[in-house]
Amino acid sequence: MKRRDILKNIGLGTAGVVVSGDLIGQTPVKKTEVKPIPDVAGGRLKEEIEHNNKLNAQRFFSAHELATVTILVDIIIPADKISGSASQAGVPAFIEFMAKDIPAQQTPLRGGLMWLDMESKKQFGQKFRSLTPANRLKLVDQIAYPSKAKPEMSQGVAFFNLMRNLTASGFFSSEMGIKDIGYAGNTPNQWDGVPKDVLAKYNLSYDEWSKHVNG
Amino acid sequence: MKSFQIKEQAPVFDVIIVGSGAGGGMAAHQLTKAGAKVCLLEAGGYFDPADPKYITQLKWSYESPRRGASTVRPFGDFDAAWGGWEIEGEPYTRKNGTKFDWFRSRMLGGRTNHWGRISLRFGPKDFKRRSIDGLGDDWPISYEDVAPYYDEVDKLIGVFGSKANLPNDPDSIYLPPPKPRLHELMIMEANKKTGVTTIPSRMSMLTKPINDERGSCFYCGQCGRACQAYADFSSSSVLVKPALKTGNLTLINNAMVREVLTDTSGLATGVSYVNKHTLEEVTVNGKIVILAASAGESARLLLNSKSSRFTGGLANSSGVVGKYLHDSTGASRSAFIPHLVDRKRYNEDGVGGMHVYSPWWLDNSKLDFPRGYHIEYGGGMGMPGYGFGSGMENVNGKYPGRDGVVKTGGGYGASLKDDYRFFYGANIGMAGRGEAVAREDNYCEIDPNVVDKWGIPVLRFHYKWSDYEVKQAKHMQDTFEEIIHALGGIASGSKPGADTDYGLAAPGRIIHEVGTVRMGNDPSKSALNKNSQAHDVKNLFVVDGGSFVSQADKNPTWTILALSMRASAYIMDQVKAKKL
Repeated sequence: MKRRDILKNIGLGTAGVVVSGDLIGQTPVKKTEVKPIPDVAGGRLKEEIEHNNKLNAQRFFSAHELATVTILVDIIIPADKISGSASQAGVPAFIEFMAKDIPAQQTPLRGGLMWLDMESKKQFGQKFRSLTPANRLKLVDQIAYPSKAKPEMSQGVAFFNLMRNLTASGFFSSEMGIKDIGYAGNTPNQWDGVPKDVLAKYNLSYDEWSKHVNG
Repeated sequence: MKSFQIKEQAPVFDVIIVGSGAGGGMAAHQLTKAGAKVCLLEAGGYFDPADPKYITQLKWSYESPRRGASTVRPFGDFDAAWGGWEIEGEPYTRKNGTKFDWFRSRMLGGRTNHWGRISLRFGPKDFKRRSIDGLGDDWPISYEDVAPYYDEVDKLIGVFGSKANLPNDPDSIYLPPPKPRLHELMIMEANKKTGVTTIPSRMSMLTKPINDERGSCFYCGQCGRACQAYADFSSSSVLVKPALKTGNLTLINNAMVREVLTDTSGLATGVSYVNKHTLEEVTVNGKIVILAASAGESARLLLNSKSSRFTGGLANSSGVVGKYLHDSTGASRSAFIPHLVDRKRYNEDGVGGMHVYSPWWLDNSKLDFPRGYHIEYGGGMGMPGYGFGSGMENVNGKYPGRDGVVKTGGGYGASLKDDYRFFYGANIGMAGRGEAVAREDNYCEIDPNVVDKWGIPVLRFHYKWSDYEVKQAKHMQDTFEEIIHALGGIASGSKPGADTDYGLAAPGRIIHEVGTVRMGNDPSKSALNKNSQAHDVKNLFVVDGGSFVSQADKNPTWTILALSMRASAYIMDQVKAKKL
């Protein structure tokens, strides 16, 4: 790489010298091999891109597990007047990724799904996925309310809490969910304080603040 | 166009600086502006938050497959810091079961790329703690010695805030502060009752432009991702780039410095580093060497720079290098604020971080712990990311929902979905950041058995909190509950008690570690003199947090910047006087 290319790459018209690992006075080795993954791209370092690619190439859930997850997330966050369901927002794929990203979640997820199917067979003679919607809810009702669940359902409660948390995270951090919750930021703007009607609602003002600022 | 010179004619730089964070960036800026030929060595890669390939600012949570979770980057997938608590191939160890966590950022600008930009001056008392409470040591300098440099730092970098005329929290030269958010106005009101002083934050984002090189804040609240408008302070954007424009700076990235080289007269002649790409050992020669690699790394470099003349490491005839390591204390608590449910939606991102804070407001002579703390506040309607909505089963069964009825906690379906909307933005958080007492027996040293992947011996930490810090954390927890009560809020979880040292964070966790190469007038008890110059090696300086005698109840960066600027002025004077 020629020096002017290096300068072009740093893009600020700097007159100083920027070299990577090499002291001025050394001739940099010309790279002939074109690497498919750059050192940095899209705000990610090469090793991060490689790590994400590796996780994306793996499969954690079986088809049956993924189908069960999809049913569960839509029970937790269904479509309503404001937005679509968790599966419509891509939550199953998000949970699949997080299982690989945080391996400590793998056993609680896989084991929890297994627990659900066993309990389902015990009570209804079929795996959860094969139950009627009404019977699915009969089982979910036994694990969705920690304070009133029977003690023998505690493992199911823990699993459902995990599913509820992952579903909420996955849904409300999706494009659909962020719009649903009404988050209004992440865009250049001028902050000039709390809107007047909101101040009035809470009986607050900037009078005291002005004293701080204007002395 | 100049071609590269051949290897054996390597130049002798006027100054070599190791590390491009706050201290190194400032020295590079000041010295290149004065005409010195400077070589700046950085262990990590190049970084420019205005170059699209580096940008994470203004990305949405769903642009990360983990939705911003902290699996890969400890402060989340969009955080600007490359590195973290653990870096592959660069271990550190702990001694005798003690704890210390060490955050390192390997990139141009170092940890200034993601820091909180809380830009506080130390006060007059902060330089003279031993004279006040008999603990630790006084600095060899006073507030008056540093004040002119704080002024220059304010003007060069920009800081917002308001004049408060507090005795130990001196005012800076301020840009206008942003107005408080809703929960921050409520905290100000609540603290009229608790008596906890609460004033506009003092942070280094440009609420007004200060020059043509940098834009002004556009209130996305994402300073931790580094700003493409250069509207917040990071060493790379604000100091190193202007230094490069002078034409006097040679920046070498991916250079892991192994040791400082000395000649037979005991003067520094340069440094040797490992080129992380070629794994070659390279020598750079310079007339003056400035270490700014961080308190931990600068101590490590000195201790690893052993020679027959300096058997205990360089600049260490006192034996203090590595000792008196201390980090800020930290404890936190969050709360639910019932009257913040069902909020009207609007953009309250503001600057990255709090718009109000509480400087230390009490008198330690009336308390059972010697040093103070400040309180930082969080809250608001932030961008949902990984972790959003977690623990709803503990919320919607405790507080009435939209219909005014408290339901059974947890659940599913349309009503649960609506609960997330209803409770959005109703939580606040508080974090105390306090001063620990510097002690000789909290230290880092060279581990005799372990090297990193570059073959460089690594640091081994030995650190224990004392009763002083634990009692301070207890006081923080009591204060947090008082404030929550005054807010009409409900504290989350249970109050951290004695079994957890009142939630006191492990040493190192606040990333304010300082003190390992401390300054002093007595060469037998300090490594540096009051000008940040090694007692033992007159052309060697340390301008990172290593030089601190005591950390205050403030964040260290503004003082690192002021002391580095002061050391740079001293170097220029000494060079002019032909003493260096």
